[in-house]
Amino acid sequence: MTDQFAVKMNDITKTFGEDFKANDSIDFNVKAGEIHALVGENGAGKSTLMNILYGMYHPDEGAISINGNGVSIHSPAEAIKLGIGMVHQHFMLVSTLSVLENIILGDEVTGAFDTIDMKRCRQKVKQILNSFDISIDLEEITGRLPVGIQQKIEILKLLYRNADILILDEPTAVLTPQETDELFKTLMELKYEGKTIILITHKLGEVLAVSDTVTVLRKGKVTGVLETSKTNKAELAELIIGEKLIQADTKTSHPTKKIILEVSGLTVKNERSFRAVRDVSFVISAGEILGIAGVEGNGQTELIEAISGLRKIESGSIKINGNAITGKTEIAHIPANRHKHGMVAEYTLSENILLGRDNEKQFSTGMLLKKTALDSFTSSLITEYDIRPQDHNALIAGLSGGNQQKLVAAREMTKQTDVIVISHPARGLDIKAANFVYKTILEESKKGKAILLVSSDLGELLKLSDHIAVMYNGKFTAILDAKQTNKREIGEYMLGVKDK
Amino acid sequence: MGKLNKYILYTAGPVISIILSLAIGGVLIVLIGQNPIEIYLKLFGETLGNTYGIGQVLFKATPLILTGLSVAFAFRAGLFNIGAEGQLTIGAFASAWVGFTFVSLPWIILIPLCVLAGFLAGAFWAGIAGYLKARFGSHEVINTIMLNFIALAVVSYLVNNIYLVPATIHTPEISPNAVLLRFDVITGLFKGSPFNLSFIIALAACFVMYFIIQKTPFGYRIKTLGYNANAAEYAKMNVKKLTVSAMAIAGGFAGLGGLNFVNGYKHYFELGFSENAGYVGIAVALIARNNPFAIIIVAVFFGILEYGGLTVNTLVPKEIVTILQGIIILMIITFTKIFDKKINIKKA
Repeated sequence: MTDQFAVKMNDITKTFGEDFKANDSIDFNVKAGEIHALVGENGAGKSTLMNILYGMYHPDEGAISINGNGVSIHSPAEAIKLGIGMVHQHFMLVSTLSVLENIILGDEVTGAFDTIDMKRCRQKVKQILNSFDISIDLEEITGRLPVGIQQKIEILKLLYRNADILILDEPTAVLTPQETDELFKTLMELKYEGKTIILITHKLGEVLAVSDTVTVLRKGKVTGVLETSKTNKAELAELIIGEKLIQADTKTSHPTKKIILEVSGLTVKNERSFRAVRDVSFVISAGEILGIAGVEGNGQTELIEAISGLRKIESGSIKINGNAITGKTEIAHIPANRHKHGMVAEYTLSENILLGRDNEKQFSTGMLLKKTALDSFTSSLITEYDIRPQDHNALIAGLSGGNQQKLVAAREMTKQTDVIVISHPARGLDIKAANFVYKTILEESKKGKAILLVSSDLGELLKLSDHIAVMYNGKFTAILDAKQTNKREIGEYMLGVKDK
Repeated sequence: MGKLNKYILYTAGPVISIILSLAIGGVLIVLIGQNPIEIYLKLFGETLGNTYGIGQVLFKATPLILTGLSVAFAFRAGLFNIGAEGQLTIGAFASAWVGFTFVSLPWIILIPLCVLAGFLAGAFWAGIAGYLKARFGSHEVINTIMLNFIALAVVSYLVNNIYLVPATIHTPEISPNAVLLRFDVITGLFKGSPFNLSFIIALAACFVMYFIIQKTPFGYRIKTLGYNANAAEYAKMNVKKLTVSAMAIAGGFAGLGGLNFVNGYKHYFELGFSENAGYVGIAVALIARNNPFAIIIVAVFFGILEYGGLTVNTLVPKEIVTILQGIIILMIITFTKIFDKKINIKKA
C-alpha cells in the first residue's frame, strides 16, 4: 500500500432545496489500494457524497482530485473514464441477457461494420476472471443466478471498464452470510491486485472485518476518520449516532403454554408448481417468537404467504386458536419488500395506514371512509412510533426507509390479531431505526402474540427468537433453542450440511 | 413547494402547448392561402362569442365528458380502456331501444329507465373485457378494441335488419316521454343549439366519480390497485372483482354518453352518431390527468375545436382542425412530461 491518495475530496458542500445541507464541508480522502469504509445512518450524506464522486451531482463547493490530479466530474461516463466505478444497491442488469452480454453491454469490442466481436469480448472478460481469480459461467442467463453472483457481475462490469476505484453501495444488504463471505474474499483479492475500494455500509461488523480505514458521517458532516485496527464497534456506533449505543433488547420473556398458531403437514406450491414448502409442521404459543433461518429461496417466502393467506395451501392445515384460516382471516404481516407490497408510494401516511384495513369499522362505514378518524389514528401512531415528518398528509415516498418501515410496522402491529408474520424487519434500516423496530416486536410478544420471524440476519434472529427453525429445500431441517445455538450451527443447517 | 405553484406548473404544460399548436396551425393556414388571425377570430368568435355557439360547444362536449370519465375511471384502477367507443355505441342503442319500445310509460319512469339502460349496457360491455382480464389474464387493451368492433357490428345488424326505418339508417323515434329537453326550450337561451339536459347528467357523473374515488372504501381499493397491484394483493383486496367492477363502472359512464344524441338531440339511434367520441375520450382523460373536474374543462376545449372546425369550414378544410387537435394532444403529452420533471425535481 502506498501513501498516495486515490481520491481526495476537499471541503465538499452540497445543499438541497433552501437550506438542507446533505454534505457540509466534508473532507474525504482514500488512499490508493485500501478498502475504505464510509459509514453513517440513513440520511447522513453518504450517498450524496458518493453521487458527487460518481458525477451524478455537482457539489456547490469543494474540490476533487483523483490520483493527485484536480478534476471536475459531470457525469458517470466521465467518472468511469477517470477509473471510478459504482455498484448500486439495486442492480442494473438485464435479466434476460447472458452474464457475458451484461458485462460488455455498452462497451462492446466491435469488429467490421460495427458488429460485436464476441470472441474478443469473451477473451477480454476471461482475462479479467483469471487475473482476479473469479469463477463464473459467462453463458448463463443472468436472471437465473442468485443475488450474490449478480453482484459479482456488477463488479466485473466495472473491472471490464478498467475501473481502479470501486464504490460499493450497501453491497451486503441483499446477501446471505455465505455470500457475504464470498464477496469479502473477492474484495480482498481486488485490493491485493491494487484496486481501491470504497464501501458504503452501516453494518459495523463488516467495517471491522474488511476495511483499512473508516470515515464516519453524521448529519452531513465528518465525525471521525479512523484506522480500522485501532477502533471498535462501540466507538464507531457512538460517532455514527452521536450518543452511546443502547444495546438492542434481547428476548427475555417466556412463551406461555397456550398454542395460538398451529401448522401441520403444510405443503405449498410456488408459481412454477414446484412444491416450495414440503410437509412442514410447527406450533407457536402466545408470547413466543419463532425465527426462521435459511438461504433465500428455500421456501420461506411461500411459507409466509401461505400463513398470511396470500397463497393457496396444497395440503395440510393452518389453524389460529383452533380455527382453520380462510382468505378473510386477519393476520398482521410485515412484508420483506415494503416498496413492492407493504406500501403505496403515491399515498399519504394516512392512506398507507388504511392499506389492508379499509374494512375495519373504525375507518369505514362500508359505504364511506371515515377520514377524520383515520387521520387522528395515523397521527397517534406517528407520535407513538416517532415517525418523521409528523404529518399524516405527507406522501410516504418522501420518507426515509426507516420511517417507512416504522409506518408499516405501526399499521400491522396495531391490527387486532393474535398472529404477526414478519420478514426482514430491519432490511436497509440504520441502527437506531432497526433497534426501534426490534423493541416493538418484543413488546408485541410480551402482549401474548404469536410471532413468526423470517430473516437472513442471523444476529437478529438469535436476539429476538425463542426458537429458530432452519428451512432447507422446503423443509424444516432443525428447530433449535435460540439460547443454545449459534451462527455457525445455524449456518451448517442452512447449507444442508447438517440434518437432524 | 406551495400548492399554488404546483397547480401553475400543472396547467403551464397544456397552456403552452395550446399556444404553440395554434401557432403551428397558423402556419398551415397561411400555406393554404388564408389569414390565420381571421380564421382564429372567426373560430373562437363563433364558438364562444354568442350563446348559440356556446350551446353547440357544450353539446359537443357532453359525450366527451362521459367517455373521458370512462377512460379515467378505468385508469385509476390501472386499466387502459380503449373500448369507450363500443361501450358508448351499445349504451346509446340501449337507451334508444328503451325509448322506442316502452312508449306508453310516463316520462318520470321512462327517462330514468333510458339512463339506466345506457349505463347498464355500457357496463355490461366493458364488464366482459374486465372479466376476460380477471379470469384469463387477457390484456384489456386487446379485449376492449375487439369489443369495439363487435359492438359496432351487433348494433349495425340490429339497426339495419330489425329496427330500421325504411330509407334511413336509423331506428324509430323514441317516445316524447323519453326526451331530454334542450336548454333553449327550457330557458330560451342557447337559441337553436341542441345543448340539452344530458349535460347535467354528465356533470353529475363527474361528481359521482370524484365521490367514489375520494370518499369510499371501494374507490380506495380501485386506486390502490391502480398504483400498486402487488400492494392490493398484499392487502387481500379481491383484485379480480375490482378489475371487473372498475371496468363495468367505466363502461357505464361511456354508455351514458349516448343520451346526448339519442334522447337529447335526434330522438333516434343512428349509425355513426358518435363521431369517435369514444376515442377522443382517451385524449380527454390523458390531458385531464384522470381528474374528473379537469375532464369537464378539457372536454369543453375539444368541443370548441370540433364545433369551431365547422364554423370555418367554408374557408379552410375541416382537416385543418383535425390536424390542430392532433398537434395539441402531442404537444400536451410532451410538455406535461417536461413540467412533470420540473415538479419532481422540486420535490426532491
